[in-house]
Amino acid sequence: MDFQTAVFFFLSAILVFAALRVITARNPVYAALHLMLAFFTTGGLWLMLQAEFLGIALIVVYVGAVMVLFLFVVMMLDINIDRIREGFWRYLPLGAVLGLVMVLEMGLVLGSKYFQVPISEVVVPAGVSNTKEIGALLVTDYVFPFELAAVILLVGMIAAVVLTFRGRKASKISNPNTQVFVKAKDRVRVLQMPVEKD
Amino acid sequence: MDALMNFGQGIFGGAWPAVWTLIKIVLIVAPLMLGVAYLTYFERKVIGFMQVRIGPNRVGPWGLIQPIADGLKLLLKEIIVPSGSSKAVFVIAPMLAIAPALAAWAVIPFTDTLVLANIDASLLYILAITSMGVYGVILSGWASNSKYAFLGAMRSAAQMVSYEIAMGFALITVLMIAGTLNFIDIVEGQNKGMFADMGLGFLSWNWLPLLPMFLVYLISGTAELNRAPFDIAEGESEIVAGFHVEYSGMAFALFFLAEYANMILVAALTSILFLGGWLSPVGFLPDGIWWMFAKMSFVLFLFLWFRATFPRYRYDLLMRLGWKVFLPLCFFWVIIVGAWMISPLNIWN
Repeated sequence: MDFQTAVFFFLSAILVFAALRVITARNPVYAALHLMLAFFTTGGLWLMLQAEFLGIALIVVYVGAVMVLFLFVVMMLDINIDRIREGFWRYLPLGAVLGLVMVLEMGLVLGSKYFQVPISEVVVPAGVSNTKEIGALLVTDYVFPFELAAVILLVGMIAAVVLTFRGRKASKISNPNTQVFVKAKDRVRVLQMPVEKD
Repeated sequence: MDALMNFGQGIFGGAWPAVWTLIKIVLIVAPLMLGVAYLTYFERKVIGFMQVRIGPNRVGPWGLIQPIADGLKLLLKEIIVPSGSSKAVFVIAPMLAIAPALAAWAVIPFTDTLVLANIDASLLYILAITSMGVYGVILSGWASNSKYAFLGAMRSAAQMVSYEIAMGFALITVLMIAGTLNFIDIVEGQNKGMFADMGLGFLSWNWLPLLPMFLVYLISGTAELNRAPFDIAEGESEIVAGFHVEYSGMAFALFFLAEYANMILVAALTSILFLGGWLSPVGFLPDGIWWMFAKMSFVLFLFLWFRATFPRYRYDLLMRLGWKVFLPLCFFWVIIVGAWMISPLNIWN
């Protein structure tokens, strides 16, 4: 077994373990942490496939940004685990069907040799920077899908803002100019009160 | 050098490349840790002089042994794990803080040949690794099971996520004019142009044509590091010490080491991306690693100077600066640089 295979099995073992813990961990923060570990090792596996741009982008986007926000939210939640467990049997059939579909899809990809699906066997020549190649493809062949994706993201962003926007609060801006010119008698009213005697 | 290589090959055989890489890692990390120790000394002395004090002067001549004494003290102190804390995460959090701070150094070049891993996507690698640093902070805050730590972690996470965007955009402009993600090529690219031919190399470095982005990068860098005046994550006056309130001894020291190692890292990145790395500022002096160190020291001095000069930013002003000032400025400047590059006035071809 050469070094690369050893690294592959090492990363895969961590990935499988982390993915399992994502769905079995009772504490949602631990689940999120294992998801982060899963993303990180996937990044490593992609690096081994010489897709360095995709591998690093996965870590920048998912581990560096998405999971931070995810963790942010999950940490704030007070999740009652028993309540979540209640729906387990009800959702099991749906989950099982989805899982089966995913297993089938993965089987088709992995076993493409046996199912006569044409497999892509691109050999990357040394010295080709795939960051540059992806960039060139994005702005030539795939420019419209790329722009479409950008527009969809923008729409999603605006939608998120609109959904959470609850209207402007009453303004609380203070004007330093008027604050400076305030006189004591504008603010404090001195009342004359007779001394109370009993 | 060849003799050393042959000697190592003779002793370790096939394992020599791995051993040699390990030796190089030690050669980077050991001076880095020493640098961190003396950066704290430098900080205390500089701020002392700025505030007309003496600074540490008891341990050793001019207080030079002080950082070593501090380190020993932290090593010998007990690590207290708070009851009710999430123990595994509490222990892992400081490791998650220091690991990215050290791993990022793998791709930092000190001269055009002196680099541990000269990879094509060095800048992307740095972005990926440094974006992981926030986990140490968030998790330490959460695992401590303490209000102050949690508040500090929340503040810090929001701050780091906000300023990472401005920082990324500043890097994008550098990428646009360099046309490469490789640090060595980025530095070499700053060595040409009208001023470099006249022997005034320092005017052809990226800081001058990208001056607004240089400032944005420097300020967001300070914010990313949670340094004063952006140190609301620690905010002694409000939340005691922020995310590391509950940490003591070596666990606290790891956060401390990570912060200072990150400071040196940002200084190195600023030197490479904007200040011409190891290039000599004037034509008649030779290029070399000493320029790199001189520029890093200058940027580090700037960080200390900021700390001694500015009062802490208020939280809402900090968010406002990140999202409403820097982000639009960055968008605008990316478009400006793009237009500049396709215009006949392009100076980077």
